[in-house]
Amino acid sequence: MNDNKDKQIMLGNKAVARGLYEAGVCFISSYPGTPSTEVTEEAAKYDEIYCEWAPNEKVAMESAFGASLAGRRSFCAQKHVGLNVAADPLYTMSYTGVNAGMVIVVADDAGMHSSQNEQDSRHHAIASKVPMIEPSDSEEALEYTKLAYEISEKFDTPVLLKMCTRVAHSQSLVTVGERQVPDFPYEKDIAKYVMMPGNAKKRHPIVEERTRKLIEYAENCPLNRVEMGGTEIGIITCSTSYQYVKEVFGDSVSVLKLGMTNPLPEKLIKDFASKVDKLFVVEELDPIIENHVKALGLTVTGKELLPVCDEFSQNLIAKAFGKDTADSFALSDNIPMRPPVMCAGCPHRGLFYTLKKNNCTVLGDIGCYTLGAVPPLGAIEMTLCMGASIGALHGFNKVRGKESEGKTVAVIGDSTFMHSGMTGLANVAYNQSNSTIIIVDNSITGMTGHQQNPTTGYNIKGDPAGKIDLEALCKAMGFERVRVVDPYNLKQCDEVLKEELAVAAPSVIISRRPCALLKYVKHNPPLTVNHDKCVGCKSCMKIGCPAISMKNGKATIDNTLCVGCNVCSQLCPVGAFV
Amino acid sequence: MNTKNIMIVGVGGQGSLLASKLLGHLLMSQGYDVKVSEVHGMSQRGGSVVTYVRYGDKVFSPVIDKGQADYIVSFELLEAARWLPFLKKDGQIVTNTQQIDPMPVITGAAEYPDNLVEKLKATGAKVDALDCLTLAEQAGSAKAVNIVLLGRLSHYFDLPEEAWMKSLEANVPAKFLDMNKKAFELGKNN
Repeated sequence: MNDNKDKQIMLGNKAVARGLYEAGVCFISSYPGTPSTEVTEEAAKYDEIYCEWAPNEKVAMESAFGASLAGRRSFCAQKHVGLNVAADPLYTMSYTGVNAGMVIVVADDAGMHSSQNEQDSRHHAIASKVPMIEPSDSEEALEYTKLAYEISEKFDTPVLLKMCTRVAHSQSLVTVGERQVPDFPYEKDIAKYVMMPGNAKKRHPIVEERTRKLIEYAENCPLNRVEMGGTEIGIITCSTSYQYVKEVFGDSVSVLKLGMTNPLPEKLIKDFASKVDKLFVVEELDPIIENHVKALGLTVTGKELLPVCDEFSQNLIAKAFGKDTADSFALSDNIPMRPPVMCAGCPHRGLFYTLKKNNCTVLGDIGCYTLGAVPPLGAIEMTLCMGASIGALHGFNKVRGKESEGKTVAVIGDSTFMHSGMTGLANVAYNQSNSTIIIVDNSITGMTGHQQNPTTGYNIKGDPAGKIDLEALCKAMGFERVRVVDPYNLKQCDEVLKEELAVAAPSVIISRRPCALLKYVKHNPPLTVNHDKCVGCKSCMKIGCPAISMKNGKATIDNTLCVGCNVCSQLCPVGAFV
Repeated sequence: MNTKNIMIVGVGGQGSLLASKLLGHLLMSQGYDVKVSEVHGMSQRGGSVVTYVRYGDKVFSPVIDKGQADYIVSFELLEAARWLPFLKKDGQIVTNTQQIDPMPVITGAAEYPDNLVEKLKATGAKVDALDCLTLAEQAGSAKAVNIVLLGRLSHYFDLPEEAWMKSLEANVPAKFLDMNKKAFELGKNN
């Protein structure tokens, strides 16, 4: 039994937010992205910290940089793919360094629980020459966040704090402390902060020297620790992989746990290797520690034993090391999959039904509406990254011309459009492709759990804020044809879509209806099916609503799910929905 | 004490996050090291969701693997069947008998298996199945299915009822406390 009196159970992301509070951070700007979102949401609950949602990660990072330059500790958070967007400022902030400390959370998603790829963010740390530290539970998330600010200021560098899904979204026990706010005066320093060639040339050697000093730090710092146990096997590991290793082996092996994964120590690793008979690296995704260890001239086993793809677990590691795993039960029945679906009453449903019905080629984007690719709607044919739908549509139409212009559309959400759709739209306006862009405006950033954005009129705390008018914006960018439809009105959707596809001019259709899960949205009473009228034609099943199913040949509505959106009743040929 | 494992499984939107939050609070108050691992993001949109709760003297991994769960607490019958391979050989399933059709069943691409409670029992697994939705409605809200299930789970734990009630008070809004206490009792005593 432990004495948990002074402890709290805390989500990893919330523990980072607590660390930010205690470190005296004054400015936070982020763009939401699973699994990083809760860091900023939780930090926004502290009145002492200014927090905001930025339109995208690049703007967020640049804003945080400005706050650091002005002399207050600052922060931004993003998911792994978000760091690609913010890579431009990151790589040059490595040269300028910081004034007050600046820390950047990047949250990887091994296993792709909610992501479009499985990239390993450690590559960005190496390429940008920025130190990266990696907690393995909530307690470390809190402590490492505070330590990251000390490293940032001591070595004059931004610091990457790498989270992963299993650290970000696991709760474990933490001990909290007090807040202290350091203040650094702003001083003009053109040679340090104006990165034109003459100045940058002088900064690059400073970056290389900093890396050398950081390696020295890595040799003895509290982030990297050796836990000696049995010496037959020695395992170098980091992040959540450390937890799986300890779960499987306990103290029967020796472990070098690396809390700092860029730059990596040399003497510490060689010294550890010399104390064990056989050396292994256990790391999720790419063989980054492994390649470093090999470059030191050591013999090590890593990815020949463990996969590059997907996340790890204790059984995966146990099996790789030839240990037994527990038996269990098995059913002989085939268990149907339960993939995520658009919610009952989702405003995207009516739009995708219309696109499918018109046999459109739909180039999609990142958000809840990506589920428009799933049966029975199956309407989306491409999803790449934030904002890509518009750029891709432009290129598609340029090479296919009339053949595609009349049936191909881009579908992008309001938040994604603000993030990186506007520049794509500028390209359509400028280079004149006859493209039809549909902005699905559900008045919120949906998939990540309802964050505000520049089109909603509210800020991160729910207070009134600036509101960008999408119609006025699109018109100002040169689109003469900007139409607004209600996706609950199938007839209107169908008519406007046909008109805009037929016309020989670029156009924007705004499909506007707030997310059905928003608290302020008032729902109609659930519909019911008159079974005397229902002929069992399954027309209503074409929209893939989770509230409708066929029971004994008749459509049936689950009244705990139905929100009365009436889209199904518009499809019924016999008026059975009441 | 060796680490004990509880899996909470269900359909996105059914309220499993509150159940895991309450369990985490309860087990921490009893002096255990605790880890709770959740799923956020896309899977929450009506997909199959799982939350892992682990407790003991010292807990390392935040997740539970096949053959390791001491308890599977299921909000929906098909999900109990889906996660059955994660149950320990002497583990216990506590499941709601409610059935929610997944999209492949709705579209007719797959069938919802029949007689799942009997089939689960036939594998030799210990299964405690009850209609939590009806009990939750009796307590005053269909949303209290999670608390009915926790009431049922409390059967299998050697913890004072007072500790459960304290965690309930700490994790549900005051205006719903009486309704949730009733849901807990109905789960426990039916």
